[in-house]
Amino acid sequence: MSDTTTTAQKGQDFEKTLDQSDTKVATFEVKHHTLLERIQHVLHNNPTLVPVIVLLVSLSAFGLIAGGTFFSAFNLSLILQQVSIIGILAAAQSLIIITAGIDLSVAAIMVLMSVVMGNLAVFAGVPSGFAILIGLFGGIGAGVMNGWFITKVKLPPFITTLGTWSIFYALLLWISGAQSIRGQDIDTEAPFLKFFGAAFNIGGARITLSALLMIVVFIALWYMLNKTAWGRHVYAIGDDKDAAEMSGIRTDRTLLSVYGLAGFVCALAGWASIGRVGSISPQSFYEGNLDSITAVVIGGISLFGGRGSIMGALFGALIVGVFRSGLRLSGVDVLWQVFAIGWLIIIAVAIDQWIRRVSA
Amino acid sequence: MKTLTISSALALTLTAGAAFAETNACLITKTDTNPFFVKMKEGAAEAAAANGINLSTFAGKYDGDVATQVAAVETCIASGAKGILITPTDSRALVPVISQARETGALVIALDTQFEPADAADATFATDNFKAGVMIGQWAKAKMGADAATAKIALLDLNASEISVDYQRDNGFLHGFGIDIKDPTDIGDEDDPRIVGNDVTDGSPDGGRTAMENLLQIDPDINLVYTINEPAAAGAYEALKSFGKEEGVLIVSVDGGCPGVRDIAGGVIGATSMQFPLLMASKGIEAIKAYAETGEKPQNSEGLDFYNTGVELITDQPVDGVASISSEEGLKKCWG
Amino acid sequence: MITPVVQARGIVKRYGHVTAIDHSDFELRPGEVLAVIGDNGAGKSSIVKAICGATIPDEGEILIEGKPVEFSSPIEAREMGIEIVYQNLALSPALSIADNMFTGREIRKKGWLGKYLRMLDKPAMEKFARDKLTELGLMTVQSIKQPVETLSGGQRQGVAVARAAAFATKFIIMDEPTAALGVKESRKVLELIQDVRARGIPIILISHNMPHVFEVADRIHIHRLGKRLCTIDPKDYTMSDAVAFMTGAKEPPAEDAA
Repeated sequence: MSDTTTTAQKGQDFEKTLDQSDTKVATFEVKHHTLLERIQHVLHNNPTLVPVIVLLVSLSAFGLIAGGTFFSAFNLSLILQQVSIIGILAAAQSLIIITAGIDLSVAAIMVLMSVVMGNLAVFAGVPSGFAILIGLFGGIGAGVMNGWFITKVKLPPFITTLGTWSIFYALLLWISGAQSIRGQDIDTEAPFLKFFGAAFNIGGARITLSALLMIVVFIALWYMLNKTAWGRHVYAIGDDKDAAEMSGIRTDRTLLSVYGLAGFVCALAGWASIGRVGSISPQSFYEGNLDSITAVVIGGISLFGGRGSIMGALFGALIVGVFRSGLRLSGVDVLWQVFAIGWLIIIAVAIDQWIRRVSA
Repeated sequence: MKTLTISSALALTLTAGAAFAETNACLITKTDTNPFFVKMKEGAAEAAAANGINLSTFAGKYDGDVATQVAAVETCIASGAKGILITPTDSRALVPVISQARETGALVIALDTQFEPADAADATFATDNFKAGVMIGQWAKAKMGADAATAKIALLDLNASEISVDYQRDNGFLHGFGIDIKDPTDIGDEDDPRIVGNDVTDGSPDGGRTAMENLLQIDPDINLVYTINEPAAAGAYEALKSFGKEEGVLIVSVDGGCPGVRDIAGGVIGATSMQFPLLMASKGIEAIKAYAETGEKPQNSEGLDFYNTGVELITDQPVDGVASISSEEGLKKCWG
Repeated sequence: MITPVVQARGIVKRYGHVTAIDHSDFELRPGEVLAVIGDNGAGKSSIVKAICGATIPDEGEILIEGKPVEFSSPIEAREMGIEIVYQNLALSPALSIADNMFTGREIRKKGWLGKYLRMLDKPAMEKFARDKLTELGLMTVQSIKQPVETLSGGQRQGVAVARAAAFATKFIIMDEPTAALGVKESRKVLELIQDVRARGIPIILISHNMPHVFEVADRIHIHRLGKRLCTIDPKDYTMSDAVAFMTGAKEPPAEDAA
């Protein structure tokens, strides 16, 4: 034990001696005895398991209660379609929440950019592709603006995005004149804006491009977060920003990129929403920011940052969709849907807290 | 407190640089986002300019933003407003502050939405929402003819709180269509088998689309859709289109916004009841002027506890027995 | 004469009216463990921070291996091969051991996956991390993929030291590495320090713990009132001497003992 360098080559042999000499270090892993503790440990290592289980359980429960209509391929694909816009927003929100931030402006950026795209393409005669490009860059700009206030002016994300939420919202009212753009006007002037509304059928299912887009966005962001250095840095910042800074991460630059990317994803959601909704209304998705946070939280992503898989937000959005559809088809009044979603949030956060206690 | 009020009123007049006799008035709307209120503000501003009234405008941040409206009323009291035009975002919660305003001698007129009780304000200038519903209900019944007996109806309402506009339009429509509405202040208590179901839309196209999809999942053969307003109707139409059912389904709505009237011309909506926010506002300003000059308060329409600013049915498929105007004429009158 | 690894002369750092470093000198020699001790507020952290770029001195010069340097951040120092083990370790609890070891200098996959998709080479990173921990006798952990928060305090310290040892080419700064640890875990960390020295990497050790300092240090830099008071050889003095110098109860030796 005293001369570790010479014993290092022996590997396994060395570990044995260490086990005997330094019990305190080695005993930590044999502590998990009870079933509950073991479950806690498994969930801690795989935080996405909770939403997956909830999704499967609620799917089968509503399948039993609401019957065949609910469980049809068509209805399941419809749920996918219905959650697609909020799902994409939730992906953007997850990025921010993983950095221990929060973005109240996601829906405002989304609607603002859809209005920008619509006004340019339908009324100003800008070619659709170009209008969309401007909207997407606008999204990046809006996100970077959030990021700049947070990293350079050192404002808390909550306050910053509370402010920019109002700013973007006011801009959107100004640009749109509080007017919606009719579906038929979009069809004649700029049908490409509705690109993500297109759909194809597989079996009984009807898959819209917006639903596909949601899945692609999630896979792409999952890849970036888990398979690239950038993603590891995003998690490290959310976990402990000071530690991340000290271990050599340029935290401000990374945070700026996170907010910029989130803004881009929001603008993408804005484009997809034109296809989904059919028209462009400044009154759409007013609660989109809260809906996105709901999906993220139910998906097991910790609001304290650094924990949870972005895939959780996809499952979170799907759970909300399944609950809404299932309760609707079971003939439950709207207010009880709201009630149920509220409980889901509380339970999700409680489970998150419980899982986090595993290391204590 | 009184001196404070007077001095601040004085300060306001001074800063405004206005003549001593100028009348101050306030317009407080629910939000700045809904074109309905935006138009109402325009109408009020025009009428104020024409009548030499100094108008301040306020709006809540969202539907149900009571706090902002209360603060706005307080500001109006402090500025010595002679009259307050308000679309109460909550019919009951604003009553106390409104009473305060009236005690200082201001004329309070509720626009679009009544207070509960209605006499909390000096007057209400509003659309007869029940009648607006009845008109589209009658139109739909006549339009469907014999098929009305086997109609399958979807009702796309506002939200879970079932405010008066919501239940009045919904029940008016059902009543006009000839369905027993039971409690006229309750949505969804009907047991007529022709009703497939209710869902909420938040009055937006995304809500309208999702709600329509949900109801189509309950019964794909829906052929008559009532919607709370035209944006919700536009969303419902998109849902029907995605189900390949846009032909042969009647959509009716209430509002009379210009995009809605164009949707009538475009065949998206069958008929809509138009209301007149501009008129509410301009009548309100005129009433304040009259009150400031003569002390006379406005009167309610006969048989109603409010002053009816009128409703017109807009459709390009007129039916016998229901008066209507075409979308072309409607476009000249529409708001927003 | 051997070139010192670090040579600092006349370093001054003021914060308003407070002079944190008052014309202090500093020297780290190749292959040694140099302990820096001093009373609270004596400025021992300040002088070390000035050396690694965490604070920028107002006056004075710093030579690393004989060459003058001016760091504007610890990241620059790190790029030169200077590693810091912070008192709070600077680890991300939810990330794995391997991820933590490579924070900020990840290895990408070769070929188009790494170039265009920027994919990390996780197997390579995990192998490297496992090798480094094994070298330092730390491979008692279940898996290199387990999150750092599931480790004990000593194990975390081990990961932080292993990270520094793996990437340091010039020297390592350790700030109170045993402060938060129990007796057995402290022992383990002291052994780690000796292991790292045995590999020829010099260490600057900031510590309050006299027995630990006297056990591992080759020389002791005593800091008092913002400057270097003296440097002593632990073999020539007792702990109470060191404490007496630190607090001013005893005059420092006239000449550098070491």
